[in-house]
Order: sequence, then structure tokens, then C-alpha cells
Amino acid sequence: MVAKIVVVTSGKGGVGKTTSSAAIGTGFALRGLKTVIIDFDVGLRNLDLVMNCERRVVYDLINVINEEATLSQALIKDKRTDGLYILPASQTRDKDALTVEGVQRVLDELSGVFDIIVCDSPAGIEKGALTAMYFADEAIIVTNPEVSSVRDSDRILGILQSKTKRAAEGREPVKEHLLITRYSPERVKKGEMLSIQDIEEILAVPLLGVIPESKSVLKASNQGLPVILDSVSVAGQAYGDAVDRFLGQEVEHRFINPSRMAIFKRMFGGE
Amino acid sequence: MTDTLAAKAAQLQERLLNKAGKKEANSPADNEETSFQLKATRLTLTQLELYDYDYDNFNRQMSKNLKQAPHFFNQTPVVITLDKIRNTDKKVDFIELTQMCQEYGVFPIAVRGGTEEMQLSALVAGLPALPNQGSSKSSNDDATDKAQESAAPKEEMRPSKIIHRPVRSGQQIYAQGCDLILLGPVSTGAEVLSDGNIHIYAPLRGRALAGIRGNKDTHIFCQQLEAELVSIAGHYKVSDDLQGTHWGQSIHARLDGQHLKISGLTS
Ligand SMILES: Nc1ncnc2c1ncn2[C@@H]1O[C@H](COP(=O)(O)OP(=O)(O)OP(=O)(O)O)[C@@H](O)[C@H]1O
Ligand SMILES: [Mg+2]
Repeated sequence: MVAKIVVVTSGKGGVGKTTSSAAIGTGFALRGLKTVIIDFDVGLRNLDLVMNCERRVVYDLINVINEEATLSQALIKDKRTDGLYILPASQTRDKDALTVEGVQRVLDELSGVFDIIVCDSPAGIEKGALTAMYFADEAIIVTNPEVSSVRDSDRILGILQSKTKRAAEGREPVKEHLLITRYSPERVKKGEMLSIQDIEEILAVPLLGVIPESKSVLKASNQGLPVILDSVSVAGQAYGDAVDRFLGQEVEHRFINPSRMAIFKRMFGGE
Repeated sequence: MTDTLAAKAAQLQERLLNKAGKKEANSPADNEETSFQLKATRLTLTQLELYDYDYDNFNRQMSKNLKQAPHFFNQTPVVITLDKIRNTDKKVDFIELTQMCQEYGVFPIAVRGGTEEMQLSALVAGLPALPNQGSSKSSNDDATDKAQESAAPKEEMRPSKIIHRPVRSGQQIYAQGCDLILLGPVSTGAEVLSDGNIHIYAPLRGRALAGIRGNKDTHIFCQQLEAELVSIAGHYKVSDDLQGTHWGQSIHARLDGQHLKISGLTS
């Protein structure tokens, strides 16, 4: 068995990579795929917070790379979702420990056990981000509807096509998916944010999903809950749709137009 | 629109075929519609065997030779041979060299030999490379000459560089010695360069530079102008100068003397 390696990346920081990795990884597991989410953000561990397993972290990715622990010691089994595992990042060690050879070994070993490996990339275009994307088969580019985020995503797309293992070996390029997060149809309407059409036109990448700006995201992450498990929230539902699309289903995009509620509020001077 | 284009192409082809058919009737020279014909010929030419190009040294030797043999320097066409160049890594400025020669009444018309790179920069200066043949004449000379004669009208075409994917911010694409054809968009922060023409069948949001080795007879075509910079042979316009009538439109950029001229593609 060879696992599919998916990197969640963005260039710009704080756009929702970790939120998306947790949600989409959980979504894969919910649909029966044996899934592991790896936190590549060495020094800024927070995937384990969103996944509510920070109190169970003993060993981390760097320990496994340095052969101070085995994979089975470092992998954390998620308590809520069957078939879902987390490989946490180290909070203390420095990024240089993250070597391509070391990561290769870890991925090879995981590949024999899992169906899908989700890599939560750190921000930036430095070594951490490059290592996280190096072995990717597919990439989810997380973008906020603003110029600087789109520009950074564009840059990351260029790097994905030139600096990954697939590029080095001249194999079929990394498959790209665009995930727009923190989308607010109302603000787009007012011209304060780029529209989906603007972003798609600039990046020219197939659209995987649009996750609306939603208070439920922060609420969920404070509770240590991947937001996809909050099936009432629009963000949770939008992540669910994105997972289905990733797995080949055709699902119509929802939550991309101003809601009736918002129009109603504006008409009567609410908010 | 494609239909009308295809129809036009078909019309044109038919006309060309008809002409070719008529040609048989009488001598091409008698046909008023025929303005020229390509024919093989053999000429004896003077060679300028180049060992090293340095502006001052070359200039000095030229003026010395002019004094010794003034009759030679009278609109004399020469072929510059490059096989004996001492340092092949050193760049020869063929534009400068040609200009200086012309000032002395010597007119370089082509180069022969040398590395592919040298031949390219010579070509940019308007000096095509002649097919290489041994400098010492041998007995099978006739055979090679014949082979050359039949091959003469065939021009060696350097294929264009074609890029299918978008060119992303931070990336640079250079088409050396050929045209550049882009099928995807050029992002803000990306740069595309060519010694020849550039065709972009998508939006241009980054920088596009054609004729970067000085060829002024190069053009840029793009489907949607939103560029940071457009340049031909070093004459450029930045985004601020480009805003206006043609912004967001399909355009054709070319040099009009020293002036970079932008016009719409759709009439
Ligand atoms: N759809 C959303 N609606 C509202 N808030 C969101 C949404 N997505 C993410 N956020 C919030 O944005 C912040 C950053 O999210 P997250 O940590 O996932 O980003 P990141 O890209 O992983 O950041 P970093 O680059 O630091 O790793 C968090 O506070 C998160 O709760
Ligand atoms: Mg993160």
C-alpha cells in the first residue's frame, strides 16, 4: 500500500492551514480512510491543541527522525475519530533537525500503514515549508481573500512546481487544490475582499472549497475540536464538502453568497 | 471569430496554391506578380579571421590596415570566421564589431564556425551563420558544395519555447535565441524574457521583456494587459505608464524608433 501524501500550505501565516489540516484530516478518517496528520510547524506546535491531544504528547516528529523514539511511540491515536492519528511537532527543538532524509524515512514507514498522510506546513517559504511539501503528491493551497495572501499562494504554487520531489524527478506535477478560507460574502459584496472569481482568475487552480468566516471555528479550536465535527456550523459543513470533492465527488459550493440573515440585518441596520 | 480566421487562412492558402500553379506557365521574371526568386549561387568572399575581439585593439589594427591597403576598404563584404578565437568563453559584441567594420568600409555579412552561443549573438547582430566547411579545400569539395546548394534555401528554424503552466510569482522563464509562447498567465512578481518575440495567450500581470539581446525587431503580444513592465530591446514601460486605454485588453507592443508603442489587437 502506498499512502497519498497531501500538503496543506499557504506561504502566508495565520490563514487557516492548521484549522484546515485538522478538519480535512478528520474528514478523511470519517470517510473510512486511515489517516495521519503530521505537524511540520517545529517550534510552534498547535495542531495538537486543535486536535485536543496536547496532554498526550510524549514524543514528536523530530524524536522519530533522530531515532530517539519509534513511530508507534510518537503517533497519537485520536480519541474521537476512528482511524485517525496525529504525529505532533516539537515545541522546543530547532528547525534544522527537520532533514529531507529523515522525513523521507518517516513517510516511507507511514506509507505502509496509512491511506493518506496530511502534512500541516508552517508558514513562509523557508526550510520547514519546503520540507513539508517536498514529498507531496497533492497540495491544498490555503488562501484568504486578500491580495497579500493570494500573492503568497501564487509563490508557493511556483515552488510546488519546481522544488518538490516530483519536480526533481520529472514526474507528473503535484496536483493543486485551492481552498479559500475566512471568506465573507458580505465583505466581498462591499468590495472589502477579493471575490472567489478574482482569486480563481489570478491563481488558475481548481477550487476545492470555500470556508466561510465563522465564529464556530475559534470556538471549536478552543474546545480542541476539529470544526468539521461541528456539523451545525457552516464552516464545518463547508469542510465536509471540500473533503468529498477531494475524494472525487461533485458537490455544489455553498455559503458563497451573502446569507438572507445578513441581508436582512443590513436592511434593518443591524450588526 | 475562429471561423472567420480559419476561412481567411483557407483563402490565403488557395491563393498561394493558385499562384504556384500559374508559375509553370511562363518564366517567373515575366510574371508581374512575382517579385523575386531564390537561387543558389557560389561566391568567393573575403574572410575576416577573428582571434580576439577587444574594441581598442580591433580599432587600432583596422586603421593600420586601412593605411596599408586602402583599396580593400571599399564596401567589401566579409565573412567573419570564428574557429580561431582564442578564448571562446569571452563574449564578442557583434553589434559593436559590425558597426566599427562598417565605419572602415568593411561589411560583415555572416559568420562561420564558432560555438553555438557565438553564432547566436552574431545572429542577433544580423549576422547569420554559414554552414561550416573545412577551411582547407579537399578533393570532395564538389560533393559538399552540391549538398550545400540543395540545402541552401532551407533555413534552420529554432523552435519556440512553449510554456503550458502558469508562470508564478518569483519564477523566471527565459527563451534563449528563440520566441517564447506562454499558454498560462504570468503572475505579478514573475518575469518572462526572450531574445525574440513573446506571445502570451493569457493575462500578463508580471514583467515581459522581448529582444533582450538588443533585437529591436521583436514584439510582445498578450491577451490581457495588466503588466508590471513591458520591454522591447531595453525600451520599457512600467505599470503606471500602461494604465489607460489598453489596460486589461489584448495588445501588441513593438518599437517605433526609440518609442515603445502599444496598440490593441482587436480592431
Ligand atoms: N474560517 C474561519 N473563520 C474564522 N476564523 C478562522 C477560520 N479559519 C481560521 N480561523 C482562525 O484563524 C487563526 C489562524 O488559523 P490557523 O492556526 O489554522 O492558521 P495557520 O495558517 O495554521 O497559521 P500558522 O501560519 O501560524 O501556522 C485561528 O485563530 C483560527 O481560529
Ligand atoms: Mg499552523
